[in-house]
Amino acid sequence: MAGPARRGSAPASPVTDAVPVLKTYKLFVGGAFPRSESGRTYPVRGPKGEFLANVAQGSRKDARDAVAAARKGFRAWSGATAYNRGQVIYRIAEMLQGRRAQFVELLVTGEGLRPKAAESAVDAAIDRVVHYAGWTDKIAAVYGSSNPVAGPFFSFSTPEPTGVVAAFAPPEDSLLGLIGVIAPIITSGNAVVVVASSERPLPAVTLAEVLATSDLPGGVVNVLTGDAAEIGPHLAAHADVNALDLTGVSGDLREALARTAAGTVKRVYAPTRTPDFAAPPGTARLRAFLETKTVWHPTGAVSLAGGSGY
Amino acid sequence: MTQTDKPSSATDVARRRTHTPLQWEYAPAPESAATGRIRPRYQMFIGGEFVDGHGGDVNTINPATEESLAAVTWSTTEDVDAAVRAARTAYEKTWSKMTGLQRGKYLYRIARGIAERARELAVVETLDNGKPIKESRDVDVPTASAHFFYHAGWADKLAHAGFGAAPRPLGVAGQVIPWNFPLLMAAWKIAPALAAGNTVVIKPAETTPLSILVLAEIIADAGLPPGVVNIVTGAGDIGAHLVNHPGIDKVAFTGSTEVGRKIQASLAGTGRKLTLELGGKAANIIFDDAPIDQAVEGIVNGIFFNQGHVCCAGSRLLVQESVADEVISKLRDRISTLRLGDPMDKNTDVGAINSAEQLGKIRELAAAGEAEGADRWTSPCPLPDRGFFFPPTVFTDVSQAMRIAREEIFGPVLSVLTFRTPDEAIAKANNTPYGLSAGVWTEKGSRILGMAAAMRAGVVWANTFNRFDPTAAFGGYKESGFGREGGTSGLAAYLDTDDEGAA
Repeated sequence: MAGPARRGSAPASPVTDAVPVLKTYKLFVGGAFPRSESGRTYPVRGPKGEFLANVAQGSRKDARDAVAAARKGFRAWSGATAYNRGQVIYRIAEMLQGRRAQFVELLVTGEGLRPKAAESAVDAAIDRVVHYAGWTDKIAAVYGSSNPVAGPFFSFSTPEPTGVVAAFAPPEDSLLGLIGVIAPIITSGNAVVVVASSERPLPAVTLAEVLATSDLPGGVVNVLTGDAAEIGPHLAAHADVNALDLTGVSGDLREALARTAAGTVKRVYAPTRTPDFAAPPGTARLRAFLETKTVWHPTGAVSLAGGSGY
Repeated sequence: MTQTDKPSSATDVARRRTHTPLQWEYAPAPESAATGRIRPRYQMFIGGEFVDGHGGDVNTINPATEESLAAVTWSTTEDVDAAVRAARTAYEKTWSKMTGLQRGKYLYRIARGIAERARELAVVETLDNGKPIKESRDVDVPTASAHFFYHAGWADKLAHAGFGAAPRPLGVAGQVIPWNFPLLMAAWKIAPALAAGNTVVIKPAETTPLSILVLAEIIADAGLPPGVVNIVTGAGDIGAHLVNHPGIDKVAFTGSTEVGRKIQASLAGTGRKLTLELGGKAANIIFDDAPIDQAVEGIVNGIFFNQGHVCCAGSRLLVQESVADEVISKLRDRISTLRLGDPMDKNTDVGAINSAEQLGKIRELAAAGEAEGADRWTSPCPLPDRGFFFPPTVFTDVSQAMRIAREEIFGPVLSVLTFRTPDEAIAKANNTPYGLSAGVWTEKGSRILGMAAAMRAGVVWANTFNRFDPTAAFGGYKESGFGREGGTSGLAAYLDTDDEGAA
């Protein structure tokens, strides 16, 4: 079964063919698929203005539930071994590959991409996930250090995840951009609450189905659909959100969210240039949600200075 | 702090109370103030020249005597504008065009210059700040020199720092530093900025402008190209003008979380790179298997080093219930031996509070501790009859909800809480919006590493406390700020490390 059956789309023969079962597009919070607590939905339309689906319109309460779920998910995920996180993220790639045709169809019928372009976007998204799967157990080696301090101490610095990140997915690039935002955040052990593109939310909800079947602990990724301008301020002000990724918002909203974030000294990632998610991703997004922890311990009376005498 | 186990010059009352063995009184051993070569008046440093600001003169005082030390020219916003212009010109015309190796050689010169004038700088720092001379002499000044020496070596090796083959400087950095480690914070800010190829405009705290203006002389004597380092004096309004100046590319601030929030808010939407090193409320966790005598030394170091004017001070003591009585008793005995008084005396352990304003804040929070029901114990040490002093103070029966357990006191006041299990210790330690540092004391290796991993804090000292080194990153989690100082992550704060493809 490929793409989404659209509301109003009828089988070729109403008499003999089965009527397609349509999907209810819901939120993804704590590993479950709830409707918006507010009971609201909004219609999503295709490139020609045709009706595609009703999508949950997330509220402040949904955002708060998502943050609470993300905090729980963060504990499990940041406590998992880097190897395990790598395997789970690789599993996401496996699940995406299995649903490749579905995502291509979503991009073609839902967003008007040409089939070739849709295929290359989905393939790039799969490749991006594979790329980050391989990062989990290398971040500490690349960004950590043993510190040659001037004294009888062993000192090391190690990168750790920042915590709960609230992210805003790019409005245009509904699949590759979404994955380009989510993947580097969770790779290092963070949990994320991501607000999907409000005009193109369908791939995000379908991606949630992929995540739900990838052994990712509940709450590591939470997907909200709705209006970033409505949900965003609550996430930016939330004391249990440690960082914001403002990739998907611009202008006054971006500035307002960044200002609100200052109230709780959140880390704010707000790229000044428009990211090219098809390009090799670099490390800026990975590093944006890392903390460096330095640990010291005395080496005591047993000195190795000047070489061992043993 | 490097106290020995020697007894104090405290009174007989103190000895009776604490059972400290009677030994000897200490004769005064003051460092000579003349070594500081304090001049009657100091100018600021813009474009390689020592110049007068347009804000008149302000006297800086010695907090140990409340007497005026020197007059300092005060800047206005137009002086800040001139400093930013000088920094921009220096960045474009010279500093960004030099090779890393040549930049590094200037930093090496500054490191050497600080070392050569080390005792003078220590005296200036102690007179202006109030910290004990043994701390300024043994910690502040040598670590400042070390910071320049370390970063000097990075200037021609940026390609190997892990941020791509050709990381770029950001441009002009605007930096605002606090009064608790005036020279050391100047070094932490200036050295990495210059090594990465930036030029700077830096503002010292209004109560401690002198040591950085002596550093300006060292910088001038080193022949650093004019405008690479510019120093403007003044209060918070000048700092606010600097960090919001459209002519700068990067802001670095060390100070209170309250001011840090304001700076972050005012820079929202500007795209200007920001690093913040803010407040803390560190837990210092003592397990029942810790070497208690060493831990007591570490607790004392953690909270009374620099009169507790330390953002990473171990201000919340978390002690396992089974050893709480023993630890608190030994701690009181040990604290009773601390010598409080003339910061210039080489035997002084606890010096002066930096300002009347800060003394007022400490008194207010200590009073709140009492009012909220905590048990207050004060060291029996005699207080000098002038100057800003606050005796070492320990609160027991402290609950997590009390202000003294939640708010940064930034003074010699320790709040003691207890715990039963490691999980409870972790929960209490992390139960704060801050996350700068933490201490862990236990003889069990696996517990050290497990606790270190569980702390949501940027620096964890295990079986030690308050250690600093330019090779080791320092900085906070959560509301203690973001960005690091020291190590490669400290270098990243002054480089354009954005390697994401752009459409």
